[in-house]
Amino acid sequence: MIKRALPVTVMTLLLLAAWYAGAAWLNWPQAAETLVRANKPAGFGDVLAQAYAMKRPILPTPDQVVVELWTSLSGYAPTSPRNLLFHAWVTAEAALTGLAMGLVLGILLAAGIVYTRTLEASLLPWVIASQTIPILAIAPMIVVILGNIGLTGLLPKAVICMYLCFFPITVGMVKGLRSADPLWLDLMRTYSASGMRAFWSLRLPASMPFLFASLKVSVAISVVGAIVGELPTGGQAGLGARLLSGSYYGQTVQIWAALIMASLLSVALIAVVRGLELVLLGRAGAR
Amino acid sequence: MTSPHPLGVREATASRQGSDPDASPARSSVVVEARKLSLVYPTADKPVTALSEVDLTIARGDFVSLIGPSGCGKTTLLRVIADLERPTSGRIAIEGMTPEQARLKRLYGYVFQAPALYPWRTVERNVMLPLEIMGIGRAERQARAREQLERVGLSGFERKFPWQLSGGMQQRVSIARALALQPDLLLMDEPFGALDEITRDHLNLHLTQLWRATGKTCVFVTHSIAEAVFLSTRIVVMSPRPGRILDVIDCDTLPRERKLDIRESPEFAAIAHRVREGLKEGHSYDD
Repeated sequence: MIKRALPVTVMTLLLLAAWYAGAAWLNWPQAAETLVRANKPAGFGDVLAQAYAMKRPILPTPDQVVVELWTSLSGYAPTSPRNLLFHAWVTAEAALTGLAMGLVLGILLAAGIVYTRTLEASLLPWVIASQTIPILAIAPMIVVILGNIGLTGLLPKAVICMYLCFFPITVGMVKGLRSADPLWLDLMRTYSASGMRAFWSLRLPASMPFLFASLKVSVAISVVGAIVGELPTGGQAGLGARLLSGSYYGQTVQIWAALIMASLLSVALIAVVRGLELVLLGRAGAR
Repeated sequence: MTSPHPLGVREATASRQGSDPDASPARSSVVVEARKLSLVYPTADKPVTALSEVDLTIARGDFVSLIGPSGCGKTTLLRVIADLERPTSGRIAIEGMTPEQARLKRLYGYVFQAPALYPWRTVERNVMLPLEIMGIGRAERQARAREQLERVGLSGFERKFPWQLSGGMQQRVSIARALALQPDLLLMDEPFGALDEITRDHLNLHLTQLWRATGKTCVFVTHSIAEAVFLSTRIVVMSPRPGRILDVIDCDTLPRERKLDIRESPEFAAIAHRVREGLKEGHSYDD
C-alpha cells in the first residue's frame, strides 16, 4: 500500500509545487501593480501574498480553487445553480444519454459491418471520416439544426456526445464480434443454432471485454462532448455553461473549479464503468 | 443387441428407447454410410485432395477409430459426417439422411480437439448451452447437465469457471456437453490429444466405460495406436496425399469390456501390429 501510495504522493506534491510557482510567476506583474497603485509596501513577500490572493488571477492557486469548490458544494443546496454538483449533474445527464445513444448506434453499426460485407466496404470509410471533422466546428451546427426543428435542451448535447462516443464503440465491437474462436462457432453449427442465437449466445458475450475497453474511452469523451455542446447553446446550466459564464466575467477561479469538477465527473464515470466490468465479467476470469 | 446384456448395457437400451420415441422398431443397424466420398480443397497453386473415394460403413453401437498421420483426412472425414465440411463428390448418409438433415435434427454430439468451452459461462452453464438452444426448460436443463457432469465425474464443479479447471477436466466438461444432447452418435476429434499420458489413460478408461454404459455409436479420431486399439471395435487406418482408407481392422478378438490390462494381451499386440503395418504402408507412398 505504502509502495503504491508513495509515487502518487510525490507526483502530486511536485505538481502542486509547479502550480504554485506558475501562479506566482503569472500573477506577479498584476499583483505588483496593484500594490504600487495602492501605495502599499511591495517587497517580495508582499507581492507573493498578493499574487496568491487576487480575485481574478491569471492562474488561481490550488487552495483558491479548492475553497471555491468547497463553498459551492457545501454552501448551497445541490439543486441550486450556484452548486457545482447541479451543473455536474446536468452535464452528466447529457453525457450519459449521449453515451447510451452512442452505444446503441455503435453496436448496430458494428453488427452491420460484421454481418454484411457490403456495409463493411460502404460504411467503414464514412465512420472513420466522421471522426476527422473537428467537434468544435460541427457542434454549433448540430445545435442550430436541431434547435430549428424544435429540439433544445438535453437532446442536442446528447447528439454531440453520441457523435463522439459511437466511434470507439464501433471499432471495439467490430473486433469483439469477430473475436469468437472458430471452434466456438463450429460448436454453434453442430447445434444447428440460428444466426440470431449465435449472436446472442456467442458473438455478443465474446465481445464484452472489447466493449468495456471502448466504453472507458467513450465515457470520458462523452463528458467532453457534453461540455462542448453546452458552449454554443449559451445554456444556463451545465459545466460548459459555467465555464462560459466564468470566461465572460473573467472569473478564473470559477473556471478552474468547473474544470476540476469536470475531471472529477469523468473519473467517477470511468470508475462506474470499471465497476460494472468487474461485476459482469470479473468472475469469468482473466481473459 | 438382441441377447440379454450385462447391467451397463441394459441401462443403455432402456434409455435409448426412452429418448427416442419416434424410432421405428426396424431402424437400420447402419449409422454412417459413405460411398466414393471425395473432398478437394481449391488452393492457389494446386487443388488439395483431402479425401479420395472413401468407402466406410459404421454400424450401430460400434466404437470406430480413424487413425493416421496428420494430413490423412481423418478430421476432415469426421467434419464431413458432422456437416462442418461439404464433400465435393460421392455419397454419405447419416441414419439414412444427408449430413445436413442429421445436423439440423441434432443427431450427433461433437467433441473438439480443444475443450472449446465458453469462458464466460460456468461449467454447468456450458453443459446447458446445447439444451438452451434446443429450447428445453430451465429445470430439465439443469437436471440433465448435473446428470452428465456426474457421469464424467465432475459433480461439485458446476459453479466453477473453465479457467479454474485442469485441461483434462475441461475436456471432460466438453464430453458432458456433447452427451447432454443425448445423441446416439458421438463424434470425437482427438479429444485427448493435448493431455499428458497419465490423464489420457484415465480418460480412455472412463470413455470406454461410458460407451459401454450408454451404448452410443462413437467415431473417434486419434493418432495414437494404443488409444485406438484400446477403445475401438473397429479401426480405420488412413493415409495422406490423397486422404484415403488403407485398412479396416475388426477388433473382435478383444472383449467388449476393456480394462487397462488388456493392453498387455497378445491379441492387443496383434491388432496394434496390424495398425502399425498399415500406417507404414501409407508412409512408403510419400518417401
